[in-house]
Amino acid sequence: MSDYDPVEVTPLHADELARAEADALAAISSAADLDALKQVRLAHAGDRSPIALANREIGALPPAARSEAGKRIGSARKAVAEALAVRQTELEAERDARVLVEETVDVTLPWDRAPRGARHPLTTLQERIADCFVAMGYEVAEGPELEAEWFNFDALNIAPDHPARSDHDTFFVESVKSGKVLRTQTSPVQIRALLERPLPVYVISPGKVFRTDELDATHTPVFHQVEGLAIDKGLTMAHLKGTLDRFAGVMFGEGITTRFRPNYFPFTEPSAEMDLRCFVCRGASSLPGNPPCRTCKSEGWIEWGGCGMVNPRVLIACGVDPSVYSGFAFGMGIERTLMFRHNAEDMRDMVEGDIRFTLPFGMEV
Amino acid sequence: MKVPLSWLREYVDLPPVTAHEIADKLTAAGLKLEAIASHGHDLKNVVVGQVIEIEELIGFKKPIRHCLVDVGEAEPREIVCGATNFAIGDVVPVALPGAVLPGGFEIASRKTYGRLSDGMICSEAELGIAESSPGILLLPADTPLGADVVGLLGLRDDVLELEITPDCGYALSIRGVAREAATAFGVPFRDPAALELPAAEGVTHPAEIGDPTACDRFVLRAVSGFDPAAESPLWMRVRLTRAGMRPVSLAVDVTNYVMLELGQPLHAFDRNTIQGGIVVRRAQPGERLETLDHVTRELAEDDILITDDSGVIGLAGTMGGLSTEISASTTDIVIEAAHFSATGVARMSRRHNLVSEASKRFERGVDRELPLAASWRAVQLLTELGDGVAEPGVTHAQADVAPVSITIPSGHPARVAGVPYSRETVVTRLEQIGCRVVDGVVEAFSEGGRGVAATGVVTSGDLAAKLAVTGDDPITVYPPSWRPDLTDPNDLAEEVIRLEGYDELPSVLPGAPAGAGLTETQRLRRRVGRVLAVTGYVEVLSYPFIGARDLDNLQLTADDARRRATRLVNPLSEDEPYMRTTLLPGLLKTLVRNVGRGFTDVALFETGLVYRPRPDAPDTAPILTVERRPTDEELALFTAALPEQPVRVAAVLAGEFERSGWWGQGRAATWSDAIEAARAVAGEAGVSLDIRADQHEPWHPGRCAALYVGDVLVGHAGELHPRVVEAYGLPKRTAAMELELSRLAAPAPAQTRSISAYPVATQDVALIVPADTPVASVEAALRDGAGDLLESVRLFDVYEGAQAGEGNKSLAYTLRFRAADRTLTAEEIAAARDAAVETAAARVGARLRGV
Repeated sequence: MSDYDPVEVTPLHADELARAEADALAAISSAADLDALKQVRLAHAGDRSPIALANREIGALPPAARSEAGKRIGSARKAVAEALAVRQTELEAERDARVLVEETVDVTLPWDRAPRGARHPLTTLQERIADCFVAMGYEVAEGPELEAEWFNFDALNIAPDHPARSDHDTFFVESVKSGKVLRTQTSPVQIRALLERPLPVYVISPGKVFRTDELDATHTPVFHQVEGLAIDKGLTMAHLKGTLDRFAGVMFGEGITTRFRPNYFPFTEPSAEMDLRCFVCRGASSLPGNPPCRTCKSEGWIEWGGCGMVNPRVLIACGVDPSVYSGFAFGMGIERTLMFRHNAEDMRDMVEGDIRFTLPFGMEV
Repeated sequence: MKVPLSWLREYVDLPPVTAHEIADKLTAAGLKLEAIASHGHDLKNVVVGQVIEIEELIGFKKPIRHCLVDVGEAEPREIVCGATNFAIGDVVPVALPGAVLPGGFEIASRKTYGRLSDGMICSEAELGIAESSPGILLLPADTPLGADVVGLLGLRDDVLELEITPDCGYALSIRGVAREAATAFGVPFRDPAALELPAAEGVTHPAEIGDPTACDRFVLRAVSGFDPAAESPLWMRVRLTRAGMRPVSLAVDVTNYVMLELGQPLHAFDRNTIQGGIVVRRAQPGERLETLDHVTRELAEDDILITDDSGVIGLAGTMGGLSTEISASTTDIVIEAAHFSATGVARMSRRHNLVSEASKRFERGVDRELPLAASWRAVQLLTELGDGVAEPGVTHAQADVAPVSITIPSGHPARVAGVPYSRETVVTRLEQIGCRVVDGVVEAFSEGGRGVAATGVVTSGDLAAKLAVTGDDPITVYPPSWRPDLTDPNDLAEEVIRLEGYDELPSVLPGAPAGAGLTETQRLRRRVGRVLAVTGYVEVLSYPFIGARDLDNLQLTADDARRRATRLVNPLSEDEPYMRTTLLPGLLKTLVRNVGRGFTDVALFETGLVYRPRPDAPDTAPILTVERRPTDEELALFTAALPEQPVRVAAVLAGEFERSGWWGQGRAATWSDAIEAARAVAGEAGVSLDIRADQHEPWHPGRCAALYVGDVLVGHAGELHPRVVEAYGLPKRTAAMELELSRLAAPAPAQTRSISAYPVATQDVALIVPADTPVASVEAALRDGAGDLLESVRLFDVYEGAQAGEGNKSLAYTLRFRAADRTLTAEEIAAARDAAVETAAARVGARLRGV
């Protein structure tokens, strides 16, 4: 027990230690910035600082003195560390208040350096409709826009002298009696789907159609429809209604009220029209004494689209046996749907390509 | 069809409900309400009066009368009136002070022309029962004074305007609508056609049917001694007006009235102008007829004609001829009531562009059993109202028509609807619409069904067999004569379901089999739209019509394939009669429109079809039978005849593509943005484009890129030719790209490989090449030479200055190298870099700058 180094023991004197602590605390509180504090930390809390050196010598003390010396040094170290932390926080706050404020920019400055474009709502609405039906198990079928008359009319049970044929204001393709037209409806895709696909068939078919109307607020010669077709064993009108109710719910919200009423289409029998409760007047305008409604022309209902059970004559033209298979078809106007869903009032806005119409729709509708 | 409810209520005992409630029921049955017009509800305080004194006031610009009118009160009333068509003693309608006339016009006692006017003597127009009227309405002399005119004349009425579908010809009549209303409310229906017909004595006028496919029943009745001056009674004129027809003369009004009531179109001839016997036949070449509208029409061989010895006197069921028209002196009238071929009339009406109330009905199907009754009803009215005498005889020519019957299992409507209906319900509903229903299968015709559809399409035995529905508990249904639209089993199902109520159908989702989702091609089209939109392009959907001027504006050469375009017979505008072979014209015009509206920085795109006639395509697409599936050979004929219709995507841009702003200068749209748009599209398809310089209209010959995928040309991009810019009035340096999406294969799943975590080695090289060397070939050489260690090549500078040497350019590249399994040594890196430079030297004559 004779190899203690008495010289090294000196710093352990309580008053020496207290002075070292006081020096450290004074240096910490007078550190003017974070760099100065860093230097203070090195000098007073670093490996070569008096307190650290003292701590290193505890082992050299007689065992009886170690515990008390340890306590004293520990308390000094704690005081210095706490003072450092407090001063660090103070100085950081000071720096932030100064430097970061200097770096402040006006975040309200506009930034349209590379503005985004947008997709046409008629396109994205068709996609949304397709997605609704794809989720129900349908596939998306396509067909040509310049179509053979046989597909557009005859196979759909619209004979050459049928009144419905002249109701379609058809663009005919040269030469006269070429048997080719711009399709007046997406229904010819039904025929193509039945000819091309194995049964059962569940397809949805959005696309462009053509009628010889002049462009005005409610008509356009080139517009869009979506056609649906389901042919399977045992399909009924109840299935048609269920499908369209679901479709209406997806398009307009589950609270939408629908109405099914008899109508006539050559390619469906029985046929129906799907009406939506007018979402502007909620039907009130159809009752006497109430103000008129522009949206539904005070009928209380808005025609959304035609539908029905596929006429067995159509199935026969496609080689499908109507005694085994039945099914339904429906067709809705995309422009009309856009008008109802998005309050688009003028058809011309949809066709003119003015970017002010399309941009707000962005990527999805 | 406009239906005055007062008329409807004559034949059906409707409960006391509002017009809207009636309309709702009819709409639910398939007769959709278009509009309700209410008449006379606001009309009040109009009474019957007698003129007892007239004083002509003088000194005014127009004749003015001061009258005393007895309206059944203690004292007569003083009334000032501007009309002069009445005399002392005439009975007239008088609006008393406090009366409200149509349009909210209130009558008050007032001073006018220096006298008191204590009411108004009314005309038909003022009472709202005519569009215009020449003078005061004169009432019959025995009309009780002081009586309420509104009630007396039935002026208070609601008119339902119903949309009648093409299969419901029977509902173009009060009779048909009344039958539907009776069924809808479950109340009795009185058939206005159920008339007791007199026993006929002899023939009215000789007539025969020359072509039974044109006409299968032809009835004539005659009235003689008719007073041509007789006027239609007010009630008839009111009804006609409210039903949408203009009163003309008694004879014409009666035929229209009976048509509206029963649905049977009638035609009235002046008997004395008919020469010899009448024959109903098809037209012969060269025949012509001047119709009632004073148009001389060339007749086609298919036209169905009413003829006499003089030639053609009428277009059957469409419009009469001028020569046999009822005139102001006609005293002897022949009434024609016939049943003409629906398709025949339809064709004729379309061919002559002549739609009449008669043709509308014949086209949609008229009750074949009506002519005898309807003609008798007309004769009754003419004799009652026009002092005529009914001739005792009737002409009745007809061709035999096989009755239609349809056999279905009684459960068929339920199977179509997805709702159970009892057998009793099915039979009752079918009987309500007038069918006769018999238990079991009744063998109708050995040759199969011979039903004549509303369209006149005869159902062949083969097709009838395919349409037949068999099953338990068959019932045989004979549709009524007024329902020629009922030919198929599903027609009967619809009747049952609609009468039971479409709103009673449950809403059930079918369990569709699992689908395969969108195809890769469909997904690609969506991605292409999205990537272009995100890049800054706005989608447009322009009309696919173009004109020769567009092809010229695009500077296309005479032999350019895009000049081979499909032409429309009836284009919207003769300026744009072709179907587009390129998407650019629509886009460019839309760009100009946007610029014109104040948007100078515009980038647009469109995805859509172009229409490319196939070389050697047949002129016509076939019209095949619809009684069986077409054969594969037949389907191939369609494909051959129709143009190829590939999907293209195109983009145009002008102005700043990156905007100027507070951050500094923007960047003008250039040829490179157009090519980049094409690259983005190809990238979505999982391929990279091989860009080659090209000269192709409508692009600038020095700024046009041909876009290749491998060896397949898929499109072009670049800056437009200045002449194109000028022709369309585009902003200078407008750029464009067009790419045929159908030529990009649907992308296969992208393949990935493991990522190396070893460090990258970067080497910059500057190469001097001749100035006209395409950069793409330099990069290709570097890639090929650098080998597998090369991770990427990036051109970061192009310099064409003195230091590169005359006729040269300097290209500065960063090459990044990395190995999958080790850190590269300095030697490996240098060797790879040198190999890259050597290959570039060998292929394009590149040399390292400064070497």
